[in-house]
Amino acid sequence: MLSTASSVGRETYLDLEKRARAIRRHIVNMIAEAGSGHPGGSLSAVEILTTLYFGVMKIDPNVPNDPERDRFILSKGHAAPVLYATLAERGYFAVGTLSSLRRMGSPLQGHPDMRKVPGVEMSTGSLGQGLSVGVGIALGARLDNRYCRVYVLLGDGECQEGQIWEAAMAAGHYQLNNLVAIVDRNGLQIDGSTEAVMTLSPLAQKWRAFGWDVVEVDGHSFSELFQVLDSVAYAHKPTAIIARTVKGKGVTFMEGAVDWHGKAPDRKQLEKALEELGE
Amino acid sequence: MSTKQPTKEATRDSYGRALVDLGHRDHRVAVLDADLSKSTKTALFADAYPERFFNLGIAEANMIGVAAGLACTGKIVFVSTFAIFATQRALNQIFQSVAYTGLNVKICATHAGITVGEDGATHQALDDIALMRAMPGMKVLVPADAEEAYQATLAVAQYDGPVYLRLGRLATSVITSDEEPFTIGRAKIMRPGRDITLAACGFMVEQSLRAAEKLAEEGIDAEVINVSTIKPLDTETLVQSAARTGVVVTVEEHSVIGGLGGAVAEVLASHHPVPVHRVGVPDLFGQSGDAAALLTHYGLTPENICHIIRQILTDGKEIVK
Repeated sequence: MLSTASSVGRETYLDLEKRARAIRRHIVNMIAEAGSGHPGGSLSAVEILTTLYFGVMKIDPNVPNDPERDRFILSKGHAAPVLYATLAERGYFAVGTLSSLRRMGSPLQGHPDMRKVPGVEMSTGSLGQGLSVGVGIALGARLDNRYCRVYVLLGDGECQEGQIWEAAMAAGHYQLNNLVAIVDRNGLQIDGSTEAVMTLSPLAQKWRAFGWDVVEVDGHSFSELFQVLDSVAYAHKPTAIIARTVKGKGVTFMEGAVDWHGKAPDRKQLEKALEELGE
Repeated sequence: MSTKQPTKEATRDSYGRALVDLGHRDHRVAVLDADLSKSTKTALFADAYPERFFNLGIAEANMIGVAAGLACTGKIVFVSTFAIFATQRALNQIFQSVAYTGLNVKICATHAGITVGEDGATHQALDDIALMRAMPGMKVLVPADAEEAYQATLAVAQYDGPVYLRLGRLATSVITSDEEPFTIGRAKIMRPGRDITLAACGFMVEQSLRAAEKLAEEGIDAEVINVSTIKPLDTETLVQSAARTGVVVTVEEHSVIGGLGGAVAEVLASHHPVPVHRVGVPDLFGQSGDAAALLTHYGLTPENICHIIRQILTDGKEIVK
């Protein structure tokens, strides 16, 4: 039987901070080792995944296919390192596997493959598709009277994909109160700021107009994330959480820097990053 | 469970009947449509099992993703819209969320081919077989008639994985029998012959049989094979036939590029090289017109099939359409 994190006792904020630090160290280490990957959008989502996997979701790494489990879908599949690091920390597979990221024959593909990695619920990479899958899982869970919840992490730039809004419309139409979309609102995409490339504002109003409850939070604050994620239990509509984040969070030279969207640190940069992150 | 067969029925109609029968047998069956349920005949399922039918509106890309999600929860998911939208409009979604994941989604696309008729080029899927065939892990089925479409629908529900099932708009003659079980991946010899092999799919199987009858009067003994599974292709049946007759003509209501003709040519080139002539829609867009006029215009008639075969057998020249 699965238990919610709260019933087994949540990790304390201090423990969560330690987890987040470990996950950040894995992220920079594995990308440096691979020689390629996406650190910026991985680092911005660390607290979001840490909160979900260590404090909110009803999951058991020993029974990864339990039909009653909550689901997490990384729609912004290029942030695979944060997902892999979190799954390994949570016990889905050995931490040692992380160093094989992006290598020929590794289960840890450049973008997540659900057939290769326990705990990965959907294969993603081409943007805009994860929320539709979340809608399907939420509908299926409702048909089966299962009280599980579906969490989908979207990039903010990803919200420029039309399919996101097709899915948003469907979730609103079917009033999927078991579906939660979290937008990693770090404000940057490959070619620059989201607002310069293709205006997303007013983002909250857009989701509201599609029939969603919308909450804006500090995406690096465990207390704010817990507060909103606990409240969705009482939702009548799908919930969109716009999590304000900093791209590259935790490594000063990566923070807010567009260049670190998809670039690996060299040995010196890795040393500096690890030094900043601390043990 | 199957109701009495009329002699003429569209494959989309028997698909609709099959869905209702499947829904009764298996509560895991769920059906999605994108605002075309009356035309695709999924409305029959929607009436019978409204809780397991989801209309996603005019949003095909999202519909494919929703299908993948439902399949993640153990559902056997049937997705329908017109073939042009099912494939081209949601191609990357099919690639990533369905084929790459290997999820249990059946893309059952109606109104395929030129016989869509009056709606014209924007609604005539002529490259859907080529697109779906190139996806790793995708099975591609083109039933010859309503009976086979009914059987194929039941068969794909039994198979766990992605399938593309191509269905038509027109009511056409029923030429197969429910006494022969439908097996995914098996081609059927509809008429044995010694002089030439006609490998056809969909409505073109009937057209090819008619052509073979005419040719028989002229002393030409044509073998007609119903290739209702394009992928995986029944290599054995095709190679054996090619070995007997020494020349193959493929006939399909699809572009001559990448469909049945391409699949057969690829296999024979490797296993038993013989001349392969492809009858289909040339490398052109479709156009408006009634189905019969369009079939005549693009040469998809028994008369034109006969004409091509006479030319092949008399002067052995490559036919360039």
